[in-house]
Amino acid sequence: MKKHNLVSRLELVNLTKQYPGCLANDNISITLMPGEIHALLGENGAGKSTLVKTIYGVVAPDKGDIIWDGKEVDIKSPSIARDLGIGMVFQHFSLFETLTVSQNIELCLSKTQLNKIGDLAKKITQLSEEYGLNVNPSRYVHSLSIGERQRVEIMRCLVQSVKLLILDEPTSVLTPQEVAGLFGVLRTLSKEGCSILFISHKLHEVTEICHKATILRGGKVVDTCVPNEETPASIAKMMVGDLAEQDAGYAKREGNERVFHVENLSLPAKQPFGTSLKNINFELKSGEILGIAGVAGNGQDELMAIISGEDERNVKHSLSLDNLDIGHLHAGERRKLGMAYVPEERLGRGAVPDMSLTENTLLTHSDGFLKNGLVEWQNVKEYTSALIAKYKVKCHGEFSEAKSLSGGNLQKFIMGREIGQNPKVLICAHPTWGVDVGAALAIHQALLELRDQGAAILLVSEDIDELFLLADRMAAVCDGYLSPVVRTEATNIDQIGQWMAGTFINNTSNRTQEAKA
Amino acid sequence: MIRIQARTEPSSIMKVVSPLLAITLTLIFGCILFSAIGKSPTQALHVLLIAPLADSYNIGEMFVKMGPLLLCAVGLSLCYRANMWNIGAEGQLLAGALGGSAMALYFIDSESAFSLPITLLAGIISGMLWAAIPTFLKLRFNSNLILTTIMFNYIALYLLIWAVHGPLRDPQGFGFPESAMFADSTLLPTLFESSRIHLGIVFAIVSAFIAWFILSKSHLGFQIRVFGSDEPAARYAGFSSKKLSWFVMLFAGALAGLAGVSETTGPIGQLVPNVSPGYGYSAIIVAYLGRLHPLGAILAAVFMAVLYMGGDLAQIEMGIPVAVVSMFQGVLLFFLLACDFFINNRLAFSNQATN
Repeated sequence: MKKHNLVSRLELVNLTKQYPGCLANDNISITLMPGEIHALLGENGAGKSTLVKTIYGVVAPDKGDIIWDGKEVDIKSPSIARDLGIGMVFQHFSLFETLTVSQNIELCLSKTQLNKIGDLAKKITQLSEEYGLNVNPSRYVHSLSIGERQRVEIMRCLVQSVKLLILDEPTSVLTPQEVAGLFGVLRTLSKEGCSILFISHKLHEVTEICHKATILRGGKVVDTCVPNEETPASIAKMMVGDLAEQDAGYAKREGNERVFHVENLSLPAKQPFGTSLKNINFELKSGEILGIAGVAGNGQDELMAIISGEDERNVKHSLSLDNLDIGHLHAGERRKLGMAYVPEERLGRGAVPDMSLTENTLLTHSDGFLKNGLVEWQNVKEYTSALIAKYKVKCHGEFSEAKSLSGGNLQKFIMGREIGQNPKVLICAHPTWGVDVGAALAIHQALLELRDQGAAILLVSEDIDELFLLADRMAAVCDGYLSPVVRTEATNIDQIGQWMAGTFINNTSNRTQEAKA
Repeated sequence: MIRIQARTEPSSIMKVVSPLLAITLTLIFGCILFSAIGKSPTQALHVLLIAPLADSYNIGEMFVKMGPLLLCAVGLSLCYRANMWNIGAEGQLLAGALGGSAMALYFIDSESAFSLPITLLAGIISGMLWAAIPTFLKLRFNSNLILTTIMFNYIALYLLIWAVHGPLRDPQGFGFPESAMFADSTLLPTLFESSRIHLGIVFAIVSAFIAWFILSKSHLGFQIRVFGSDEPAARYAGFSSKKLSWFVMLFAGALAGLAGVSETTGPIGQLVPNVSPGYGYSAIIVAYLGRLHPLGAILAAVFMAVLYMGGDLAQIEMGIPVAVVSMFQGVLLFFLLACDFFINNRLAFSNQATN
């Protein structure tokens, strides 16, 4: 080992950032060596985003030093960060859809950088081969899949000869196969000496790829560990403190009789960039969880909207509940028949931000609280207090506005509200998206309890581990098609991953043609 | 260093203080304005704000002006709560005046006790009809409610002018564009012997309480509030936006129509071209000044009525042009919206400016 390898790439010393009413980072010190893949872990609100934004120059720290390659630096803006060799891939990509890959990359390069590179397209092709990124510089971004777009973002960092790459939840939008590809790229980068700061909620990924991990809780560093000496469960414990039970090994159930089914559902997309649904058929039995996997934007939103009734188009004979056509009823009428729905967007759809939790209870749960069209507010209030206590929703009280709750707590509230209506069918979209481990555990257990009481649950999630954990039967959507439905025990992550990528589509359409012939 | 910072929670203090602050700033602006045109600011403010409340006659006139303002503002509050941008209270008021007057003229020789209720009902239904057309256009063709309601204000105005020049003109009226005086049986009773205060103000205050009751106690009112504050949530919950839109628009139309017919059967006693000095437009300011709260609208309507009265008095006593009142109203709305900014934001005084 040469001596310069001992100089750390990045050292954070006692970084502190105070927001009004919240100490986001409290004396955080972290050291990253060249080539190190370092995981940054913590529940929502633990201070991860603030920390990486500080490193990338988006947020100015109140106190503390940043030492880069042995020298103290003051990163005042992202462009200074980029000049130092820090690249960041945000959770939400910042690409122009109407431009090509190389135009997008060109946009964030300075003139001197461009002159140095010369032929940008050639450089992109060369880097693409070197790292196996498979990025074609002349393609338009709107024609790329989510995984490809992410690789464009990584390419953007590589072109600027990056020394530290920050990735914010990079795998949440990828199929398992794409994740494996990404990890290959990251390992290559690491071997060449590029440090990587990796934020993730998925602990098994961290144990798989990261060399070191720092765990944040309440803005403080609470622990560090070497992930491959730990198990996901032991890391989870460090993240949330003493968590009595762990989220694993739930028993699978066979459903009973059919309560809900979707038959020959085809629907053109409503919006120009939406997905049309193509001949979807499945049934939902009482006492089971049917999981639907899929990469975002493959028709899940459209399917949820038509099932819940928010998409008001009439599909009378395609949806039925208890053998009764419901496809022509509006959302309120479907609720009255025993359907409940947990939407993906918590704030702004599942709950009204400016209203109290009491009022938000009444949003979907009015049964038993109305008398001659008038609301019995006292009863709603008491019910809400009980709901808050039962699901351990952290808030000031039933009078708290929905927007004052953290994502996980609001989700627990919404979940509790929907479950409290004793639905026959619960439709649940991405229930633990962006939610911390503790809240996710509570949500999982609430879902299983509802299943065991005999409700039918349709669970749509991008988190494939969650589906394997909870679902009794599984399917995947791709481009508006639904794959065959299989028992979870009879499948594996490879098969579902291939279905998410659409390998079943030709078979299905062939089969339909055969059936017609 | 002073910076603007978003509040984590909206300030409940500012919600109350904001209208008061806006009124204060408007008064300060008024002082500067009056000084600039060479009038004594203290005298002008006295005439504008104190004189209208100084004697019983003026107070009575103030209530006469408050009635239609409040009726329109209560309906508008409900519309705006539901994100229905109804600017058409003026037209709905005129439609009510026109429809009610036609009915009153039909009863001109009648002494039946039913003629007044039927006349009022005709006014209410005319107002509802006038609100229904833009509502239908919006729900069926997704037309812009703001534009259609404004256009319907003009249509109502010119229909009314046509009516007083044509079919409803008093045959014995020497060609003046006015209807005949209504029969006593169709006139709203006054509340006190000596003043013009009539039943209209009672309608207005009762309507404010009804609207408050609907909003805070009923499930329908809850749905209106959800619909106004978060439309995707209302759709998710399965509330029918059509039903709610129809309800608030017809409610507002009915109240504005009642305001119109109460004017013609109340203080005026006949149909004339200038039934309203822009009550329907001022009611927009009243609704906002009252925080879109029906009971808040009562206080706001008092203030606006005082301003109307004061404007008349200022013109008579000090020769201040009546346009000053419109300017006052405009400035008031401006300051109100500006002060509302501080409900969700605040100024942060940081002492780290030197760092």
